[in-house]
Amino acid sequence: MNTLIFRTMAPYLTALMVLFSVFVLLRGHNMPGGGFIGGLIAASAFAIQGIAGGVAAVRRALWFHPMAISAAGLFFAGFAGLMSIPFEVPFMTALWVFPKFFGTEVALSTPLLFDIGVYLVVTGSITSIALALEEREDL
Amino acid sequence: MAAATSLPEAELAKALVMEPVEPSHWLIILPIAWCIMFGAVLIALRKSTDRQPLIALPGLGGLVLMTGLLLKVVVDNGPITMTMGRWLPPFGIAFTVDIMGALFAFAGAIAALAAGIYALKEVDSSSRRYGFYPFLLLMMAGVTGAFLTGDIFNLYVWFEVLLIASFGLLILGSEHEQIDGAMKYAILNLMGTTLFLIATGYLYSIFGTLNMADIAVRSKEMTDAAPLMTLASLYLLAFAMKAAAFPVNFWLPASYHTPRVAVAGVFAGLLTKVGVYALIRTLIMLLPAGHRELGFVLELVAASTMIVGVLGALAQNDARRMFGYLVISGIGVMLAGIALGTQDALSGAVFYALHSMIAMLAIYLLGGVANKLSGTHELSWMGGLYGKSPLSAVFALAIFFSIAGLPPFSGFWPKVMLVKASFESQDWWLAGTILLTGFLTTITLGRFFALAWWRPGLAGQAGETLPAKMDTSAMIAVAALVVVITGFGVLPNGLMALTDKAAEGVLNPAAYIQSVFPEGAPEQ
Repeated sequence: MNTLIFRTMAPYLTALMVLFSVFVLLRGHNMPGGGFIGGLIAASAFAIQGIAGGVAAVRRALWFHPMAISAAGLFFAGFAGLMSIPFEVPFMTALWVFPKFFGTEVALSTPLLFDIGVYLVVTGSITSIALALEEREDL
Repeated sequence: MAAATSLPEAELAKALVMEPVEPSHWLIILPIAWCIMFGAVLIALRKSTDRQPLIALPGLGGLVLMTGLLLKVVVDNGPITMTMGRWLPPFGIAFTVDIMGALFAFAGAIAALAAGIYALKEVDSSSRRYGFYPFLLLMMAGVTGAFLTGDIFNLYVWFEVLLIASFGLLILGSEHEQIDGAMKYAILNLMGTTLFLIATGYLYSIFGTLNMADIAVRSKEMTDAAPLMTLASLYLLAFAMKAAAFPVNFWLPASYHTPRVAVAGVFAGLLTKVGVYALIRTLIMLLPAGHRELGFVLELVAASTMIVGVLGALAQNDARRMFGYLVISGIGVMLAGIALGTQDALSGAVFYALHSMIAMLAIYLLGGVANKLSGTHELSWMGGLYGKSPLSAVFALAIFFSIAGLPPFSGFWPKVMLVKASFESQDWWLAGTILLTGFLTTITLGRFFALAWWRPGLAGQAGETLPAKMDTSAMIAVAALVVVITGFGVLPNGLMALTDKAAEGVLNPAAYIQSVFPEGAPEQ
């Protein structure tokens, strides 16, 4: 798999896929997409980079351990549910705010936070598995 | 913040819960979210093995506190419901807690805390790096979720959560023997949950609802017995597999002796009881017609589970395998209560399940202590424990008496209740089987006590350096469990009254349904 073409293309492909995964995550509230599928795309991006440039480079570039990313996602997902406590509505009720940034209205909500949590859990756990398998191949 | 909608309130009230949530109702969901978030923190900190217990034990302590408060709220006010995301049931997923669910969750939390304390010394830092505490917390999220949910598909989801966490716990250390045990465990349990999923799909196509309160209403109105029978049989097989009842029990002794003692103890205490809990929920509360038809089959299964379990235990030389068979035998006793299905019998079954959660964990932990002191799991090599640690002999006697069903320990009362209930139902042979099982269990455990504690130490192990006494953490954990089983043995009245109410609530779920649908069940 370690051809020149692949090694040259992989960083661009990875960057593009991570960007696309964020796009898929954000459009997921009302359209096809969402945290799970976005996370899978991001994880495959890291897996591709791992095959092309070596696992160690991916781990350095990610900065956080994939398991820690998963853990953060799980925490966000739980936290998104608990945010309904001060509003006296049941667990996981969708709460929205519409702040304006530079004149553009941005819809922020607890479902979005939950979806980001799912995205991080899937990215972290699948990346963790993929990198561990690729490491075995290097030996 | 506001809801992103422009519909008038009156329209919204048809689909959403509009009244504010009572603060006490947060206790329904908080134990589960709490476990998940503590699990997340522990995963992030999996490398600092020293700090993990410092976070996990307060987490488990908090779980005990919350489930205890939840039990108090439910006893005072009757069943309570919270619907996720404020969508009204039967479309929104409802978490409904009645006395039975709260009792199971509370006992489970106590068992998990004791196992967490025991694991301080027993689970070394390499196993902690593999994630003992995170998996334990995530498994408790699954177990507690299964006890508290009021939606049958959601119950399936919690089964998956606890199953995945239990796979992780089972292979801590990645030894060859553990992988072998985990394979059997995984395949059998996945088959069980797949069957559960198939049954649930079938149930959805029959009733068009997954909410347990809604199903309970509709199955009463149903006149056609055939679909109910099919459903009841499918659920019986699926949960019997989970609970390790007789024809599908072989996976338990094949896998429970391989993991760490604390892990095996939690599994024996909690996971099989989740199966028993699910059986009571589905067969008694949701499909009473199917249960009536299956009564005799259930009695046969119960009797053979009891006998096969205890005979298996009598035949073992490895202490951990013996405990595995004792777990199975105990499941048979609970199934006898479910088979009879009267209020007294169910009350006995629930009492026995709660007792078994604590006592089975205790015997596994005691087995761990015996192993530490004698350096072996083989009964033929153990010996001299009485001389080494008289305190462990006291604990052992309390735990053995309790499991054999002798007074004054917690195992005695549920057996009395069950024998009395089977006499009342004219099931002489079932009562006889329960008594015979108790007798054989006494022999099994008496043999264990005589070999390991009374017999002088064997010369073959003089060369090994073995610890002279129990670890403090192990002693605290076992002592706490012994206090619980002795306490409920001496003063069973409070718990008996609770299990009576729990059984009544399952047999006649009017209050349960009322809490989900305050304005009456929706029309079909």
